[in-house]
Amino acid sequence: MAASAIVPPSPELLESEWKTPDRGKVGITFLILTETSLFTMFVATYLIYIGKSLTGPYPKDVLEIPILATICLLSSSGTIVFAEHALEREELGRFKVWWLATLLLGLIFLAYTGIEWRHLIYVDHLTISTNLFGTTFYSLVGLHASHVIVGAVFLTLVLVVTLRGFPIATQKRRVMFLSWYWHFVDAVWVVVFTVVYIIGR
Amino acid sequence: MASIDYPLERPEAAPREFSFSESLYKWVATVDHKRLGLMYMVSALVFLVIAGIMASVMRLQLAVPNNHLVGPATFNRLFTMHGTTMVFLVGMPIVAGMANYLVPLMIGARDMAFPRLNAFGFWIFLFGGVLLYYSYLGGSGLSGAGSAPDVGWFAYAPLTEKAFSHGASTDFWALGVLVSGFGSIASAINVIATCVSLRCPGMTLARMPVFVWVMLVDAWLVLVVLPPLSAAQIMLLLDRFLGAHFFDTQFGGSAVLWQHMFWIFGHPEVYILIFPAFGTLSEVIPIFARKPIFGRPAMVGAVVAIGFISLGVWAHHMFAIGMTSWSNTFFAAASMLVGVPTGIKIFNWTATMYGGKIRFAVSMMFCCGFLLQFLVAGLTGIMLAIAPFDWQLHDSYFVVAHFHFTLIGGLVFGVFAGIYYWFPKVTGKMLSETLGKWHFWLFCIGFNLTFIPLHFAGMLGMPRRIYTYAAGRGWESWNTIATIGVFFQIAGIACFAWNVIQSVRSGKAAGDDPWDAWTLEWATTSPPPEYNFEKLPVVRSSRPLWDLKHPQDPDWKYD
Repeated sequence: MAASAIVPPSPELLESEWKTPDRGKVGITFLILTETSLFTMFVATYLIYIGKSLTGPYPKDVLEIPILATICLLSSSGTIVFAEHALEREELGRFKVWWLATLLLGLIFLAYTGIEWRHLIYVDHLTISTNLFGTTFYSLVGLHASHVIVGAVFLTLVLVVTLRGFPIATQKRRVMFLSWYWHFVDAVWVVVFTVVYIIGR
Repeated sequence: MASIDYPLERPEAAPREFSFSESLYKWVATVDHKRLGLMYMVSALVFLVIAGIMASVMRLQLAVPNNHLVGPATFNRLFTMHGTTMVFLVGMPIVAGMANYLVPLMIGARDMAFPRLNAFGFWIFLFGGVLLYYSYLGGSGLSGAGSAPDVGWFAYAPLTEKAFSHGASTDFWALGVLVSGFGSIASAINVIATCVSLRCPGMTLARMPVFVWVMLVDAWLVLVVLPPLSAAQIMLLLDRFLGAHFFDTQFGGSAVLWQHMFWIFGHPEVYILIFPAFGTLSEVIPIFARKPIFGRPAMVGAVVAIGFISLGVWAHHMFAIGMTSWSNTFFAAASMLVGVPTGIKIFNWTATMYGGKIRFAVSMMFCCGFLLQFLVAGLTGIMLAIAPFDWQLHDSYFVVAHFHFTLIGGLVFGVFAGIYYWFPKVTGKMLSETLGKWHFWLFCIGFNLTFIPLHFAGMLGMPRRIYTYAAGRGWESWNTIATIGVFFQIAGIACFAWNVIQSVRSGKAAGDDPWDAWTLEWATTSPPPEYNFEKLPVVRSSRPLWDLKHPQDPDWKYD
């Protein structure tokens, strides 16, 4: 006997609609919370180890402020919002353009990181095992870059299925979650940038 | 999101026998929260037995001085695997398992918010466990023989660095625990989204059962404090595989960084582990005292307060490393502060019983055992929070006795209370009360016989993790008594195992609501159907089934 069937429904509840928050929004919010905790540990470690390297190269000798990459990544937060707005209004052409722009800006950022690392490794001879600076630099920036890569993979996925004719307008929620994640990755970059390239130098 | 216009007419499903491969497929491919919850619980109990056997071997080794049952290397592996297993492969899946099985039923939902993520969480957890135990076969690398990790469950770096910990066993420890942590995070996100988004109509946060509240705070705590452990393990793996220097003092790395990160995780972790027991007591005691829980808002507030305060107490595990006296004072004071909300909980459970029509079913007996033993654990905890006292007893058997009182006397007793309470719902069969009473008394006597003496051995200076000791220091009799207690505990667990087997085979049918309870899980059949509720319930108070059974005097009149 399922007693649930005989729980007397209260009339006012049946009339007024019962609303709870979107489960996807809750899920992605708390995913971001747990990622924040992870980054906090790496950032704290970076801060603790600033100036503790016993041998060079030191940050002030080899690090250059990545202005272009930073502009690209931060503006990609804007383009993804434009893309979302376009999708909201079902303007598929504009959506594709802005989405592609977001992906390209992310890729430029990654390319810059790649060039920077290549220079650091082959010219400045700084690797993860050279000193504490190398250890903390590559792990913090690498952790962030790996999040950008994950984001770029999902951006590409959305772009590919859209170009192949998948009705992406049916997936507005999921596009929104992806954009939340992308904003989070950008916000983390602001912290990483400040810690590594400003405080750390 | 909850729809109340669910078709009531359902064709009666013809009962049919499944072949072995069919039912195996049903279990492996399931995304049903009840099956996943059960699989979590069963894996936890299997790991409990494995780690329990390890503990018994260690107790046998320590029963008499100068014993040579196992050597020092084996002993190190035993306590490492015992601790790691108990925390990550018993405690954590119990959290996930109880939340998975009960939360959707108690809030009137048909499943968790993300069923497939749920299945992913379980399998990745199990994979992590298997990976950890694989070290027994491949711990020294592919060509060498196996050996389990031997660095202690908190694996202090730099001891775990490549220079001091050869072979691959420490890698298995870090990877296995890291991977099973992903499962815990997946499950925690799921629990939060379920509690927030899938509550049935009328189930406001204020009406949510205390158990669900506790699991909600628990999941939040997992999300905040598990990543610090993951971060530390990632750094350790970078050190070991790529030659990084996070914990390498020769390159200027810190010898206490790992300790900080580990205990930022590790201390809240013990609250994560004990919370399911808190939740269980908050459900079981009212039912068997026939009174609504005393001070419901205070109970919920206390759990939230414990969640927050627990984030600022970690360094009380590190008084002995030589922190500044300001740090010592701060962490001592913060740790003692935890005693306030915990005290509120103990008092409120007691007040719930006060003046009630108490029925001492086995479940209730385990709750009473919990209250007394957890009180002792709390008091020794406050003693250890005092920094100078901790300097005396740090790393002694007093600490071992303290945390076994919280985790066995508290958590395990609470979980047994929960198992005796919810078993009828899960299986549709009653557990035998007679065998249950044997289980309770044998286990309770055995537990106290084992762990009360260890307080004294610790105060007499017996350090942790020693594999043997010389005679004549006054430790012998305490250790012998402790080992005798283990046999009582094993007998108790055997009673429990026999009870479960007997009940599943030929137990008394339970019916839907054997305890005359008040929360929604008792409103559906036992065991619940795959969809939980034919029609989503609508609730108007925190005790919907009380309202149903007492239409002349429902709770919502007073809310």
